[in-house]
Amino acid sequence: MPPLELPSVEWSQMAPELILIVGALALLMAGTFRREKSMVSGACIFTIATAVAALVASAGLWHDVAGGRGGARLVMADALVIDGFGIFFTVVICCAVILGALLAHGYLKQERLEAPTFFVLMLLSASGGLLMAKANDLIVVFLGLEILSIALYVLAGYHQRREQSREAAIKYFVLGSFSSAFFLYGVALTYGATGSTNLGAISEFLRSQTVTQGVLLGGFGMLLVGLGFKVAAVPFHMWTPDVYQGSPTPVTGFMAAAAKAAGFAALLRIFFSAFGNQRLDWQPIVWALAVLSLLVGSVLAVVQTDVKRMLAYSSISHAGYVLIGLQAASTRGIAGSLFYLLAYTFLILGSFGIVGLVARKGDNLTGLDAYRGLARSRPGLAFAFTVFLLAQAGVPFTSGFLAKFYVISAAVESHSYAIAVIAMMAAVVAAFFYLRLIVVMYMADDQEMAGLGPTAGAPMPAPLNVASVDGGGVGTAVASAMMATKVEIPFAAGLAIGACAVFTILAGLYPQPFLDFARHAAILLL
Amino acid sequence: MSETLPILTLLVVLPAVGAAVVACMPSDNERLIRIVGMSFAVIVALLSIVMLADFKAGQGDFQFLSDHVWVRDFGISWKLGVDGISLFLVVLSGVLFPIAIIGPKVHHDVKGYVAWMLLLEAGCIGVFLSLDLFLFFLFWELVLVPMYFLIGGWGYDRRIYATLKFFLYTMVGSALMLVGILAVVFLHRQATGTLTFDVVTLAKEQSLASSTARWLFMAFAASFAIKVPIFPVHTWLPDAHTEAPTGGSVILAGIMLKLGTYGFLRFGLYLFPQAAVDLAPVFLTLGTIGIIYGAVVATMQKDLKRLVAYSSVAHLGFIVLGVFGLSQQGMEGGVLQMVNHGVSTGALFLLVGMIYERRHTRQIAELGGIQRVAPVFAGVFMVVMLSSIGLPGLNGFVGEFLVLIGTFVTHRWWAVVATIGVILAALYLLWAYQRVFHGRAEGANAAFPEMTMRERAIMAPLVILIVFLGVYPRPVLDRIAPAVHDLVSHVEAHSDYRQPAVAAGEAR
Repeated sequence: MPPLELPSVEWSQMAPELILIVGALALLMAGTFRREKSMVSGACIFTIATAVAALVASAGLWHDVAGGRGGARLVMADALVIDGFGIFFTVVICCAVILGALLAHGYLKQERLEAPTFFVLMLLSASGGLLMAKANDLIVVFLGLEILSIALYVLAGYHQRREQSREAAIKYFVLGSFSSAFFLYGVALTYGATGSTNLGAISEFLRSQTVTQGVLLGGFGMLLVGLGFKVAAVPFHMWTPDVYQGSPTPVTGFMAAAAKAAGFAALLRIFFSAFGNQRLDWQPIVWALAVLSLLVGSVLAVVQTDVKRMLAYSSISHAGYVLIGLQAASTRGIAGSLFYLLAYTFLILGSFGIVGLVARKGDNLTGLDAYRGLARSRPGLAFAFTVFLLAQAGVPFTSGFLAKFYVISAAVESHSYAIAVIAMMAAVVAAFFYLRLIVVMYMADDQEMAGLGPTAGAPMPAPLNVASVDGGGVGTAVASAMMATKVEIPFAAGLAIGACAVFTILAGLYPQPFLDFARHAAILLL
Repeated sequence: MSETLPILTLLVVLPAVGAAVVACMPSDNERLIRIVGMSFAVIVALLSIVMLADFKAGQGDFQFLSDHVWVRDFGISWKLGVDGISLFLVVLSGVLFPIAIIGPKVHHDVKGYVAWMLLLEAGCIGVFLSLDLFLFFLFWELVLVPMYFLIGGWGYDRRIYATLKFFLYTMVGSALMLVGILAVVFLHRQATGTLTFDVVTLAKEQSLASSTARWLFMAFAASFAIKVPIFPVHTWLPDAHTEAPTGGSVILAGIMLKLGTYGFLRFGLYLFPQAAVDLAPVFLTLGTIGIIYGAVVATMQKDLKRLVAYSSVAHLGFIVLGVFGLSQQGMEGGVLQMVNHGVSTGALFLLVGMIYERRHTRQIAELGGIQRVAPVFAGVFMVVMLSSIGLPGLNGFVGEFLVLIGTFVTHRWWAVVATIGVILAALYLLWAYQRVFHGRAEGANAAFPEMTMRERAIMAPLVILIVFLGVYPRPVLDRIAPAVHDLVSHVEAHSDYRQPAVAAGEAR
C-alpha cells in the first residue's frame, strides 16, 4: 500500500482559529474542575483574552497579507485561504465575542446561569464563523457553518428555566437544520455541475464555461437558501423574530452580529469570488432578496410592540442593505458590505446590550412600555440607545450613515437606481420605528402614547405560543412593579455599550481608517 | 484677520462645540447653562458679522474658501465657501439663533433646549456654507435631529404627531436626494474620470445628458420642495410650526424654510441649469398656487400661530417665484426676501409666543382689545405685521417688489396672479390684527401685560432690521447682485435660456 500523502498543515496561518478553539477547550476543562461563583468573571476575562489573542494573531496575518510578504495565500491543501477579506471577518467576529462576553457577564450573574459553558460555546461558534470566512472549499464552509450553528442552537436555549428560551432553541435548531440540508444539497449540485467543491477550481471551471446549466443554477439557489437563512434575508427570515426574542438577550446580540457576519462572509466569498463569472445569473435573485429584506424588514418592524422583535426585523432590513453591496458585484460594493457589517456589529451589540439591561432580572421587560421615561432615570443609557437608533436610521455623523451611503453609492455606481431608491425609502420607514422608541424614552407621557399607532398600551400579540411579553413566570403586576425599579448597569455591560457608542460616533466622524480597512479587505479578496 | 482664521469652519464648528459643552454641564444650574449657551451663540453671531464686514462686495465667486480632504476614497472634502447668496443667510442664522435661545421662556430642561439649539445652528450654517455635496447632505440631514427633539420635547399638545410628520416628510425628500447626489457624482466620474463631490467642479463640467439631468434635478427638487415647502407637499409645515415651541418656530420659519429655497439656487439651478429652465414653469405655477392657497387658508385660521404658519407658505411662494423667474432682479429679490421673511416671520412667531405666554391661548376669538392695554406691544406687532404684508418702507416690500418685477418681465402671467397674493396678505393679517388688538379689552384681555424690557430688547434688533432693510437695502443688494449675476449667466451659458435684456438690469 502506498503511503498516504498528507497535506502540509500551516499551523501558524490558522492561529486565530486555533487560539479560539484551544481557549474554548481549556475553559471547558477548567469548568469541569472548578465550579465556584467566581467563575463568571474569570471565564469572561479569559474569553476576552482569548479573543484579543486571536485579534493579535490576525494583526500579524494582516501585516503579512497586506504588507506584501506573500500576499493572500492558500493553505491546508487549498482548503483555507488567508486573505484580507477573511481577516476582516476575523476582526469583526472577535469584536463580537469581546462585546458579547462583556454583555453576558452581568446577565449570567443576574440569572444565576453556569458561566464557563456559555463562554465555551461562544468561542466555539466564533471559531466556526472564522472558518466560514476563510474557507476556500464548500465542504469547509459547511463545517464552519455547523460549528457555528450548533453552538448557537445551544446558546439560544441556554436559559433553560425560561420557556421562551427553550422554544427559541428548538425553532432555531429545526429550521437551521433544514437550511443546512439545503446548503449541502447546493454543494452537491454545484459539485455535480462543476466537478469540484473547491472555490478556486469552481471559479476556474466557470471561466471556461459559457453556458449555464440548470444543475448549476439549482446549486446557486440552494446555496443561497442555506446562507440566506443564516443572514436572515427574506424570505428565509421566518425564524428570526422568534429566535431573537426568545434567546437570552446577550446571545441575541452575539447571534445577530457573529452569525450574520459569518453568513455574509461565506455568501460574499462564494458568490462574488467563485461564481463571479456567472453574476448575471445570480444578480437578479440577490436583487430580489435585497429588496424583499429591505421592505419586509422595515415594514414589519413598524408594527412590533416588542423591542427585541423590532430589532430582529430591523436586522432583517440591515441584511437587505448588505445584500445591496453584493448585488452591485463590484469591489466598491463588497467594501460597502464589509463596512456595513463592521458598523452593524457594534450597533446591534450595543442595542441588544441596552435591551438586555432594560429587560431587568428575568429578561422579560422588552415591551415599549419598559422604555418610558428612560431618559429621566438613566440619561446615559438613553443617550447611548439614541445614538444606536439614530445610526441605524442612517443619521449623519454616525457609522450607520456612512455604511448606508457606501452600499447605496455602490448600487448607484452600477446603475441600480431602483434598488437605491427602494433602500432609501425603506430607511424612511425604518426611521419611523427608531424614532418611536426615542419618543418613548424622551417625550412620552401617558396620553401622548395614544397617537402613536400600535404602542405599548395596545394589547400584545402573542408571537410565541406560550409567551407574551409579560409571560413566562412573571405576572403583569410583577412586571409593572419591576418596571418601577431603576435599570441597573453592570460595569462590564456599561463598558461594552460605551465602546459601541464611541465606535459608532468615531466611525461617523473620522471614518478613513475603517473605510481603508474595508476597502483593502475587499481588494484582497482572493 | 480672515486670512489666517478659518472663519467659516469656526462658524460651523463653534456651535457644535457649544452644544457638546452645554450637554456636559450639570443640568441643575440653568442660569449658567443659559450664559454659556448664549455666549457661544453670540460669538458665532459676532463672527458672522465679522465675516460680513470682511466680505468683498462686487465679487460673485466664493470667498473665505476652506478646503480639506476628508474621505479620500470618495473624493469627499470639507469644503466651505460663502458668496452673496449664502452670505446674508449665514448672518441671519447668526443673529436669529441667540434670539431664539434667549428670547422665549423655556419651562423645563433648559440644558437640552440650549444644546439642541446650538447643534441646530451648526447644521443650518453648515448647509449654507457647504460646497461639497456630501458635506451638504450631512448637514441637511443633521438639521432634522435637533429640530425633531425640539418640537417633540418642548412643543405643544400634538407635538409628537407633528415632529414625526416633520421628520418623515423631510426624510423622504432626502432619500431621493441622496440617490440623486450619488448619481450626479458617479455619472460625472463616468464622463470625466474624476470622483468628486465638489459642487463647483460638478457645475462647471456639465457632463449629464439632458434627460438624465432632468431626472436628477427632480430628485433634488423633491427634497427642496418638501423643505421649502412648495404646494402640495406643504402639509407638514402648519403642524410643525404650530406645535413647535416658540424658539423652534422662529428657527423653522426664519432659517429652515430657507434651506429649501437656498438648495434650489445653489444646487438646483447651479448643477442642472437646463433642467431647471425646462421645469421652471412647473415650479412657477406651484409657487403661485402656494401664494394664493396659503393666503386663502391663512384667512380662515382661528389660531394665530397657524395663521402665521400658512402665511409662510404664501411668502415662500414669492421666493420660489423669484428663484424660478430666472431674472437678475427676481432672483435678487428672492434672496433678499429669504432674509426678510426670516426676520419678519421670526419676529411674528416671537410675538405670538409672547401672547401665548400671557394668555395661554392663541385663539383669535379669545383675544381682543389688546391695543388699549398694551400699546407698545401692539405697535411692535403692527410694524412686524406691516413688514410681512409688504408695506413700502419696510423690508417686505423691497423683496416682493423685486420678485414681482423680475418675474413679470420673464413670466408675465404668473406675476400677475401672484400680485393678488400681496392683497390677500394684507387681508388676512390686517383682519387678524383688527380682531386681536382693536375693540374693547374684556376679561383676561384687560389684564394683558405690556412688553417687558427684556422683550423689548429681544424685539429691538429685529425691528431695526425691518426698517433698515426697507429704507436702505442697497448695501445688501450690492453684495447679493454679483453672485446672482454669476448664477444667471451660468444658467444662460449651459442652457438655451436667455433672460430679456430689460431683466438683466441690476436692481440698484
